[in-house]
Amino acid sequence: MSKFNKKKSGDLPPVSTASLPDIVFMLLFFFMVATVMRDDEMLVENQLPAANQVEKLEDKNKLVNIYIGKPGVNYQKTFGTSDVVQLGDKISRVDDVYNYVNTKRSAMPENLQDQMMVSLKVDRNAKVGVLTDVKQELRKAQALKITYTSNQGDPMNNIKRR
Amino acid sequence: MARRAAPEVNAGSMADIAFLLLIFFLVTTTIEVDSGIVSKLPPEAPDTPPPPVKKKNIFQVLVNKDNQLLVEEELMELKDLTDAAVAFIDNGGGEGKSGCAYCEGERSPESSDNPKKAIVSLVNDRQATYDYYITVTNELVRAYTILRNRAATQRYGETYESMYARYKDTQEADKETPEYLELEKRLDVIRELYPRNLSEAEPQVAG
Repeated sequence: MSKFNKKKSGDLPPVSTASLPDIVFMLLFFFMVATVMRDDEMLVENQLPAANQVEKLEDKNKLVNIYIGKPGVNYQKTFGTSDVVQLGDKISRVDDVYNYVNTKRSAMPENLQDQMMVSLKVDRNAKVGVLTDVKQELRKAQALKITYTSNQGDPMNNIKRR
Repeated sequence: MARRAAPEVNAGSMADIAFLLLIFFLVTTTIEVDSGIVSKLPPEAPDTPPPPVKKKNIFQVLVNKDNQLLVEEELMELKDLTDAAVAFIDNGGGEGKSGCAYCEGERSPESSDNPKKAIVSLVNDRQATYDYYITVTNELVRAYTILRNRAATQRYGETYESMYARYKDTQEADKETPEYLELEKRLDVIRELYPRNLSEAEPQVAG
């Protein structure tokens, strides 16, 4: 009998938390490695659409980003609520695209200049009109390689939501 | 004096410190999107008028401001767009020199002569929304991908997409190997068979 009594005595041992730091560190390292600090602060709304015919983009040093969308909530007082273009970290006029792209291009190493690609990050709710204007400017600037940056996904989801 | 063992450092707060850092990185992380539909703009229009293109070789896609699709002057659902585009590009209605031996389409004389001449023209209203526009573009690009995949499977037993993925994944050091050059050549052959003639027309007012 005493054999059985023995087990009943004593409380449940506390769960050891000694491995908790290890687990947390593991997560920490994952996020540290996966983190890419954003170059540009977003001034416009920028929710990218989904598409399934996407290709992986060029290296970051060959990319020039152009954002199009409504100004963010904090900027609507200054810039209104219609679609605008963001170049670098400020909201600009469409006419400035030409200079911006050329400046960016001449800042690149010479052997990469003709591989430059313009990444158009357009908000999914933006109108196509501004995009068309920007594309005309890009043609003027001889920046012909462009990409409509979008998430990998089913494009039909873009439409269902409305 | 008796030597005392150094007291053990309490590591209990290590988890807290790590959590703090973890939360910082969680908050600041923005996973950058690094994929997109690649496209090429036409150079600035020269003064000379463009070469004449037969009307039957143009597949006209219009998007109006209410996000409706008009394809070849008929209202169409978006889900039918890819099939219609495939049928048009792959029609191969030409005769003799402008024919298309590898096409599997209906060979209707009303539709395109061959994939090299077939042009898909996308005109959109300025008020159309971007997500609709990108979906239409995606569907048209998909039509080309379907045809290229088919041609590549017939010729090389591998889809165009997987060949292209292999091509893109090649390390810098392996770019001189004969396999790589062969792959490059094959991709060019397939692209030649079904060139992506997707034209985004000069801006104009569409109804």
